[in-house]
Amino acid sequence: MLGWRSTWSIYKRELMRFMRTAFQSVLAPVLTTSLYFIVFGAAIGGRMPDLGGVNYGAFIIPGLLMLTLLGETTSNSSFGIYMPRFTGTIYELLSAPVGVGETLIGFVGAAMTKSLILAAIILVTARLFVDYSIAHPLLAVIYIMLVAAAFSLFGFILGIWADNFEKLGIIPMLFLTPLTFLGGTFYSIDMLPKPWDTIALANPIVYLVSGLRWTFYGTADVDIRVSFAITLTFLAACVAVIAYIFKTGWRLRA
Amino acid sequence: MEPILELCGLTKVYPGGLKALDDVDLTIRKGEIFALLGPNGAGKTTLIGAVCGLVRPSGGTICAFGLDMAQDWRKARARIGLVPQELSTDMFEPVIRAVSYSRGLFGLAPDPARIEEILRSLSLWEKRDERIMALSGGMKRRVLIAKALAHEPDLLFLDEPTAGVDVELRKGMWAIIDEMRARGVTIILTTHYIEEAEEMADRVGIIRNGKIIAVDEKDALMAKLGRTEAHITLAEPLAALPEAIATYPVELEQGGTSLRYRGGDGTGKGKAEVAELTKALTRAGIDYTGIETRESSLEDIFVSLLGEDA
Repeated sequence: MLGWRSTWSIYKRELMRFMRTAFQSVLAPVLTTSLYFIVFGAAIGGRMPDLGGVNYGAFIIPGLLMLTLLGETTSNSSFGIYMPRFTGTIYELLSAPVGVGETLIGFVGAAMTKSLILAAIILVTARLFVDYSIAHPLLAVIYIMLVAAAFSLFGFILGIWADNFEKLGIIPMLFLTPLTFLGGTFYSIDMLPKPWDTIALANPIVYLVSGLRWTFYGTADVDIRVSFAITLTFLAACVAVIAYIFKTGWRLRA
Repeated sequence: MEPILELCGLTKVYPGGLKALDDVDLTIRKGEIFALLGPNGAGKTTLIGAVCGLVRPSGGTICAFGLDMAQDWRKARARIGLVPQELSTDMFEPVIRAVSYSRGLFGLAPDPARIEEILRSLSLWEKRDERIMALSGGMKRRVLIAKALAHEPDLLFLDEPTAGVDVELRKGMWAIIDEMRARGVTIILTTHYIEEAEEMADRVGIIRNGKIIAVDEKDALMAKLGRTEAHITLAEPLAALPEAIATYPVELEQGGTSLRYRGGDGTGKGKAEVAELTKALTRAGIDYTGIETRESSLEDIFVSLLGEDA
């Protein structure tokens, strides 16, 4: 049976950790997103044609949101579990009567919450630069939550896998960010010359950016059902890996 | 007395082949203070880790409160507390929040009055709003104890609770442990200090190379294993041991300029014998310029007895 008090304690503590660095955690993504809007939205975007009937400044919003969402969610979650391992405080979690359910809901739920707060802030920030409307707001919220959940789980795995700070940063820095940039954040896959438009489909982030873009504007590079299916598959794969980690105690228990 | 913890054939082999626990059988009685002693790397922390869920046993069973910990680990762990050897806690958190978190983590409803009581008993109440990083080492250790007590455990593990703390604070810790015992908490502590075991433990267990090699009532074990070591610096070097002191457990060392006494037991016999030895030297006209005595720790004794390096 799930221990809700334990879950709530983990969740609350993780959010408090976020609050301790709230200024940095919020300001950095807002500043970065603003810069993207100034450079790509205003400076370059003013010379770009509409894409799929969407103004270029508005077109990049889902991509920028995904860029921040993936990076922040992964790092929040990975740090959340890595730091107790690094400092040794994980002994308390491991000796408590909590299992994989409480741990995941606590850590991943907090990482998701932080990401959703950031997503809301970015959308508000975007409004300062670009006029946009969301075609399917409910689906957008569901999709953002799904992606946040999947990448919180991914970050959790990363935080358990990493045995030093370099490893902790290497996946987001060397894989996630480049793949997001190449995943159609600033352009439509249709704009790529052949065969790059086909090769680009091997990048899983394409489906995420495309999925979110569809919820915003009703058009995207990839069918929304494919995007949902890929996101759910990734989420399920992460859950399976974490279940294995807890079952075997890999990198958690000696 | 009713057992609160039973280890049967507990074994832990780490990847790489190191056997940290080797078929350990041990029963802890309800309400006692049990001191687990042994040299570094003997398996003390692994044993604690196996019971507390930090280490996955390779074999054997652990029953706590009559519950098999492989099956009913949630129920059992909810009643076990752990104070680790390392000062591992979130240094940025205020004391009261860290302790309250521990209570919630173990599934208990918030109870500010109980948290206050714990913090007051550990002289931490005045520091409740301070970040842990701002506290002294001794206070940090008390915070760890407070965190372990926050969920009101029936069985408490203290892994080297006084390692690296000064004498005054060590005695303060002993008083705290005594209070916990008075409240009915069963305590298992590991320590390197013989006086700590002497002061507090009801029973003592000795672990070496992952095997429990002795378990006994404290008094019986101390009498059996305690030793005194004395070094007497002689005014003039001796070529051989004089007849007058040949009956004492002494040896010449440092080219005959010093006498080494090693004997006695844990009942104070050693100190008395050293006093007799000095009288015998005086009677024999052997002058000396200094005496240095030391009560050996159990670890010293085991290393010595087993001929191992520390």
